[in-house]
Amino acid sequence: MKKLFPDATSALDGLLHDGMMIAAGGFGLCGIPERLIDAVVESGVSGLTVASNNAGIDNEGLGKLLRTKQIAKMISSYVGENKEFERQFLAGELEVEFCPQGTLAERMRAGGAGIPGFYTRTGFGTEVAEGKETKRFDGPNGELDYVLEHGIFADLAIVKAWKADETGNLVFRKTARNFNLPAATCGKVCVVEVEEIVPTGSLDPDHIHLPGVYVQRMIVGAPYDKKIEFVTTRTRETA
Amino acid sequence: MPWTRDEMAAPAAKELEDGFYVNLGIGIPTLVANHVPAGIEVTLQSENGMLGIGPFPYEGEEDADLINAGKQTISELDRSAYFDSAQSFAMIRGGHIDLTVLGAMEVAQNGDIANWMIPGKMIKGMGGAMDLVAGVKKIIVVMEHTSKNGTPKFIPECSLPLTGKNVVDMIVTDLCVFQRPDHDSPFRLVEMAPGVTAEEIAEKTTARYVS
Repeated sequence: MKKLFPDATSALDGLLHDGMMIAAGGFGLCGIPERLIDAVVESGVSGLTVASNNAGIDNEGLGKLLRTKQIAKMISSYVGENKEFERQFLAGELEVEFCPQGTLAERMRAGGAGIPGFYTRTGFGTEVAEGKETKRFDGPNGELDYVLEHGIFADLAIVKAWKADETGNLVFRKTARNFNLPAATCGKVCVVEVEEIVPTGSLDPDHIHLPGVYVQRMIVGAPYDKKIEFVTTRTRETA
Repeated sequence: MPWTRDEMAAPAAKELEDGFYVNLGIGIPTLVANHVPAGIEVTLQSENGMLGIGPFPYEGEEDADLINAGKQTISELDRSAYFDSAQSFAMIRGGHIDLTVLGAMEVAQNGDIANWMIPGKMIKGMGGAMDLVAGVKKIIVVMEHTSKNGTPKFIPECSLPLTGKNVVDMIVTDLCVFQRPDHDSPFRLVEMAPGVTAEEIAEKTTARYVS
């Protein structure tokens, strides 16, 4: 079965519908599936629920889907650095479910692993736990209360990887792995954009980060002009 | 004289032990990295998926795929390791990180911490703070002793929505250090900035503590 598609629009063909839930990889602007986001914008699909750690910045990443008001609800841990998001949120046009970062990652991992719920200590006694079931367990730190959180089962996962072979085995690069790996596993269908497709057999099977079983469709998104939110450097000491 | 931001990082750094894996929050907590005692090896964790954070890169060597949790460009070390976000928080939640230093808007006398939202203001989100305070072995808060208008921040009970319940082990302010041996004990005043008196601390603190 051929997983490689010529472009993002064809890779998403038949997968998009109004009101669907999309899980997206990336942390800030690092490792975001930008070609696929562009194609979702172009498709005009709306009423989306998007599970993603962040919401991009104005006109970058998921910020593009916010500008066009295609997102109805975000499930995120941190949404700073986004004026349009703030405007829609304060105007009541956008629903936001704040989810602790580790809980969000685990909800995606759990969803992908077929686990509908799990208990975590994170958020116990805070607003995040309001309305959720709690249960006392004898854990590593003695008897404590834990909060029931639900796995995420998304209709579609859109992620970015560094390299893939033709069968969809993926390798990520540095901190661009982030939410891309758990997000990829929790979609009914996972579409991946990569910087490079390499011939099957050229990746060391011991060095695959995510096996191709999770990947249904792929595109090559290169060339990328990767954005950096905050450039921080040190000066080289001159001899 | 109150401690400067950089001096506030020093008491927190004294808690570091050889071999510790540590997560430092954004702001003053980041400065703790500059005070690691000599002869001690500490590995810094970045919750976006890295152990072994290196210094900022040299100009021209910035890599968009290599950032810290504050989205700043960083570099890697020879012992660095990368992993995904689920793995990152598995090590945090699972108690494998020894110590974290983070900022706060309020800390209560029972160790509750509030640092993620002010009702009525734009909420940015808790990021990884709730996971860190719930899972890391030792929690150190570094914050100004009072807010800009002089309101105490170490108080009987938090007025803001909580980030974690009964989780804080140590508080470093610009005036002093409070510490407690376990989560059932009250905080004790253990150190003061030069020239700061116990009376001044008492005046600017509404939380109950042992002096």
